[in-house]
Amino acid sequence: MDAFWIILAGSLVAIPCGLLGCYLILRKMAMIGDAISHAVLPGIVIAFFVSGSREPVSMLLGAGILGILTTFLIEFFHTKARLQTDAAIGVTFTWLFALGVILISVFAGQVDLDQDCVLYGEIAYVPIDLWITDSGRIMGPRVIYIMGMVFLVVLCFILIGYKELFLTTFDPAFASATGISVALWHYLLMGAVSFTTVGAFESVGAILVVAFLIVPPATAYLLTEDFKKMMLITALLGLVISFCGYYLAVWLDGSIAGAMSVVAGLIFGVVFLLHVVGSRLPAAGRA
Amino acid sequence: MIHQVENPVVELHDITVSYNRKPVLWDIDLTLPHAAIIGIIGPNGAGKSTLVKSMMGLVEISSGYVKMFDQDLEQVRSRVSYVPQKESVDWDFPASVTDVVLMGRYGKLGLFTRPRKADKEVALECLRQVDMQDYANRQISQLSGGQQQRVFLARALAQEADLYFMDEPFAGVDAATERAIINLMKTMSKQGKTVVVVHHDLQSAQEYFDWVVLLNLRLIASGPADQVLTPELLQETYGGKLTLLAEVGALLTKKEFPSREKG
Repeated sequence: MDAFWIILAGSLVAIPCGLLGCYLILRKMAMIGDAISHAVLPGIVIAFFVSGSREPVSMLLGAGILGILTTFLIEFFHTKARLQTDAAIGVTFTWLFALGVILISVFAGQVDLDQDCVLYGEIAYVPIDLWITDSGRIMGPRVIYIMGMVFLVVLCFILIGYKELFLTTFDPAFASATGISVALWHYLLMGAVSFTTVGAFESVGAILVVAFLIVPPATAYLLTEDFKKMMLITALLGLVISFCGYYLAVWLDGSIAGAMSVVAGLIFGVVFLLHVVGSRLPAAGRA
Repeated sequence: MIHQVENPVVELHDITVSYNRKPVLWDIDLTLPHAAIIGIIGPNGAGKSTLVKSMMGLVEISSGYVKMFDQDLEQVRSRVSYVPQKESVDWDFPASVTDVVLMGRYGKLGLFTRPRKADKEVALECLRQVDMQDYANRQISQLSGGQQQRVFLARALAQEADLYFMDEPFAGVDAATERAIINLMKTMSKQGKTVVVVHHDLQSAQEYFDWVVLLNLRLIASGPADQVLTPELLQETYGGKLTLLAEVGALLTKKEFPSREKG
């Protein structure tokens, strides 16, 4: 049963991350996902203080606000100070993340959070971190509920906004000429990334969220030239990675989140090699 | 030489646009006629694209206003179409030709609605008009420069607008595509539609356009093509560059210099 819960939790993190990652890599903003996943940390800590518990709603809210703030700051440094986007990303997320680390270390005594948990997460605890109602009824692992909710919200967001996200990603100038607000969809997408990241950080940690945001979509991008298929392949990869990652970790008796990332990287490597060989062959045939 | 027209399709009043406080368009005041093919012509960096973008509300205007069909753009958006420069998008994007043309229907669909069968039929019909119907299911990464431009035009046609702004539609396309595009524009203007084209080739201007706007940071001229495309006005637009080239040309013919040195 433990295996089932852990693989389910992994998939519920990997699929929404991957779907949003498809848009991020096509917008050439993959590193913004990295930035947001780190920069939400102070938001989480502050939300923890305000609410006094690891209650998911206030944490998602705190992280969501910080995520939007991060995006806004990056845009601001880029447009107003004419700093290159990658430099703006580097400046913004490092100091926000550092601020979060300081907040945690200063209030370490009062806070049930630590840097290790934030950075690496621990998906192995999913089955024992149960949601128990006031009446004492055991509802099952807490993370499954949180990520299930995130998964549904992200799915609805993409289903409702599919056209607008697709168009603003491909051709923002044309989108705004037809009256679709490019800025609104940009911030909605960034909000969704923040929201997903913070939901996921407890189980897989900030660093490994980045792997789920970028590696499956990058792999799918090499495999297909159809955007809908790219999202479908990304989702399937999420399932495969969670499944294989778990059993790799059991076999090695190592970190589950680490094993999942390694599997993601291996699949990308294999697809990349096939892609290179595949695109070389016709050229060799012609020569 | 600035002709104003009665009942214009587009009216620009005292438009000034600045980038980082440096004005790139000065005090543009002009009116454009209905059912015409209109060329915006000027040297590189003259602000041609910026002028079109400011009309479409894509760059911030420091002063002045734009009216289309005597209204603000917001009220008549569904009647106005914009074709960006084809270099402005990533053609390796995972999308098919039909996907891109269907984007022209999004403005009419609104949130929550997916393109229906009727929209797909419109898209296919628009592809037929640019002679790209056989490429409907092709991935856009496989298209040539000319085909990319045709797809962008089909997307604009799918908007079923009355006023079209096209940014450099003839740049980097093959001769057959250029011919096809100009024929399409002529058909459109016969149907009462207005096409505004950013253009950089002086030689074809006389043949292609009914109305010409000469621009070099400020408005030099706006009027019927045969009255505007005069050596004096072109010299004023292109300034020293054209004069220099004209002198070199004169020298070449007089002295019979080889146009290229023999190696």
